[in-house]
Amino acid sequence: MPKVVEIPVVWMQGAACTGCVVSLLNSLSPGIARLVLRELVPGKHVSLRFLVTAMAGQGRQVMDVVRDETVKDKGNYILVMEGALPLGHPMFGTVGEEAGREIPIAEIAATLARGAAAVVCMGTCAAFGGIPAAAPNPTGCVSMSELAAREKIATPIINIPGCPPHPDWLIGSLTAVAVYGLATVATLLDDLKRPKIFFGKLVHETCPRRADFDAARFAKKLGDPGCLYLLGCRGPASYADCPTRMFNSGTNWCIGAGGPCHGCVEPEFPDRFSPLYERIDDRRMDRFRLLQKPATAPTA
Amino acid sequence: MASPASRSAAQRETIVIDPISRIEGHMRVDVVVDGGEVKDARCSGTLFRGFENILVGRQPLDAVRLTQRVCGVCPMIHGTASAACLDAALGVADKVPPNGRIVRNLLLGSNYLQSHILHFFTLAALDYADVAALADYDGPEGDLKAVRAFIDRQDLAPFFPRYEGDYRCDKKTNTDLVRGYVKALTIRRICHEMISVWGGKMPHDVAMVPGGVTSEITGDKIAFTLSRLGEIRDFVEETYIPAVFAVAGAYGDYFDIGAGCRRYLAYGTFNLDDASIDPLKRNRLFPAGYIGADGRLVPASADKITEDVTYARYTAECSAPPAEGKTVAAPDKEGAYTWLKAPRYDGAPAEVGPLARTLIGYAAGGVVKPQVDAALKAARLDAGKLRSVLGRHLARALESRLIVGAMVDWLGQLKLGEPASVALTIPQEGRGAGLVDGPRGALGHWIEIKDKVIGRYQLVVPTTWNGSPRDASGAPGPIEQALIGTKVRDRDNPFEVTRIIRSFDPCLACAVHLVTPSGDGRVVYRAM
Repeated sequence: MPKVVEIPVVWMQGAACTGCVVSLLNSLSPGIARLVLRELVPGKHVSLRFLVTAMAGQGRQVMDVVRDETVKDKGNYILVMEGALPLGHPMFGTVGEEAGREIPIAEIAATLARGAAAVVCMGTCAAFGGIPAAAPNPTGCVSMSELAAREKIATPIINIPGCPPHPDWLIGSLTAVAVYGLATVATLLDDLKRPKIFFGKLVHETCPRRADFDAARFAKKLGDPGCLYLLGCRGPASYADCPTRMFNSGTNWCIGAGGPCHGCVEPEFPDRFSPLYERIDDRRMDRFRLLQKPATAPTA
Repeated sequence: MASPASRSAAQRETIVIDPISRIEGHMRVDVVVDGGEVKDARCSGTLFRGFENILVGRQPLDAVRLTQRVCGVCPMIHGTASAACLDAALGVADKVPPNGRIVRNLLLGSNYLQSHILHFFTLAALDYADVAALADYDGPEGDLKAVRAFIDRQDLAPFFPRYEGDYRCDKKTNTDLVRGYVKALTIRRICHEMISVWGGKMPHDVAMVPGGVTSEITGDKIAFTLSRLGEIRDFVEETYIPAVFAVAGAYGDYFDIGAGCRRYLAYGTFNLDDASIDPLKRNRLFPAGYIGADGRLVPASADKITEDVTYARYTAECSAPPAEGKTVAAPDKEGAYTWLKAPRYDGAPAEVGPLARTLIGYAAGGVVKPQVDAALKAARLDAGKLRSVLGRHLARALESRLIVGAMVDWLGQLKLGEPASVALTIPQEGRGAGLVDGPRGALGHWIEIKDKVIGRYQLVVPTTWNGSPRDASGAPGPIEQALIGTKVRDRDNPFEVTRIIRSFDPCLACAVHLVTPSGDGRVVYRAM
């Protein structure tokens, strides 16, 4: 039997809610048991070396795993970062201790990022700061990209935002890296380091209620049918394939349950998209093309 | 895979376990062991986000979305409590249509099932099951053959490293547990599919709003949910409950340890009608109540809830009255060892969660008692043994059975073509309390609206109760009390310590946030 190549993954959590781990557990194809136990693609297996939520070990024995990883798999492992990094005080977030000193999470994240082949930021907190960094940002949280810039870490970063992200977005990206290599995948990211294949179109473009928008059939209160634009929908300002991919094994998505899109995949979430249930402020949306005057249809 | 050299726990020393794995969030415990026995224990939450401060100044409706992000494991209960406190603040607590009440129950019930199944199998089972023993599996099942092939490849993360030396199940029981571990990963996923069909997505739904839910009642959603519930019921009856009894058979001594503070609080959960809007007097599937040191059930009262920050990393600005008190995080505070505060009921620590709900439901009669009596009889156990590590696991499993049955009934009560929510107006000023039990126990959200925005938002969360530090009187928190006095056989593999902690199903992301105490470091909560 040919030797299976291990892809070591270290999943570290900062200022997070564990929702991104739970979303990973919700993966349908592959299911999480398959992902952990079997090969991701023929000849390659994801080895989940560190994930506090699921790993058997604890305490010093698992902190030893983290330390060993940066040495034995240097330049080879993938760091999946969930959560923002609190820089306001070392005690705002710690994991493990060394010689009686509790280790700040930002310090561990920087060390791991420096030695990794790539950093995958799972979720909006790690990618852009998200809710922990929302005003007044009580703990001085920053995104992984911001931490990397401050610490002059050159490791490539892939952002998989979302609150939480769809599991396909992570597993699809890892699979692309396993098959085509990191260099190729790096050419397929948008200006916010998101894979264009998942974050290439506005929610508004593929929304099943788009016809309601075009016909000006708007929901006036929560629970009404029709386009949710007046109830604060950020679909016209959010790049993600939620309307076609749908969450939880393709069961449903936010607008399908009558809730407006809150734009959780964008750096604007939550502060610049707040209040969440008020109509989008067009003046702030210069980054988003679709709200600009639509091109007239070509004439024959 | 060899067991590390074991050292006896005879001499006095402190064992630090940081991080505690297979829980939600960042937790550490320091236990002082002397003569093989835990003499002292300190639980610490090691992450602080300041969630309540982030809510101030925002639109009231945004709270239901943002507070779910307190915790990705149990977002639905934060959504439920947040919607409930806003129902009160917006004056619609008695106007939520039956469809809205029922869909809320379905959303929360699905989250309970997901949470309990995840907890026993994905989180706790690796304390009792030996995955490595599947190395010689020679049966026909694909999943178990995959486990064997995985072991053959010899890269054993995330199942190793682990504590060694106390995996006691016989071969059949162990194989059953590992099979359940794999199967549970699918079952907990379909629990979330039930939330998604009504709530849009999970984690972090969008349908739960003040006044009801935004989703429409349709026959296909009912059929979808019934279908998933059928699969879940089979798993609960054929795998989950038998697995708890199987673990109990091999680890019977865990009915004798980890009792804790022996005081129990529940707010109750799953509204059955709209007759009363006082959260602690509502007719709920699992009732509210308090059992004190005398073992007697009495009604619970929100006025008896206080919080103490003597050993928590917060300082108070003494001049401010409680309602406008301001708290500053004090990361370097002398003597403080955690970001969790110490909630107290009637001045004393109280355990919250499935065991508390079960003991209170048992004392109150109703649907819980016959369930528990049958289980106790089957296991030949005295009711007193429920106050233990295994008692908590059993309580979760039995709750799961009751919730599946109730959800089937609720689906039959939905009315097609009728509304599931009412129109909302944000008042200039308003106050509300949402007190309800989540999978991990009693959860309170308190809101104060000022000038149509959030002026104040407070949460008192299950793991804050259970994982609390000691208070000004020196009384340790419930988990700390459950650890103190425990015999630890092997200081390098302190199974007893982590099995006790995990039986409480701690959720640290929920537990750590900001408090607003008065000058003496205590804050009093009232149902508004």
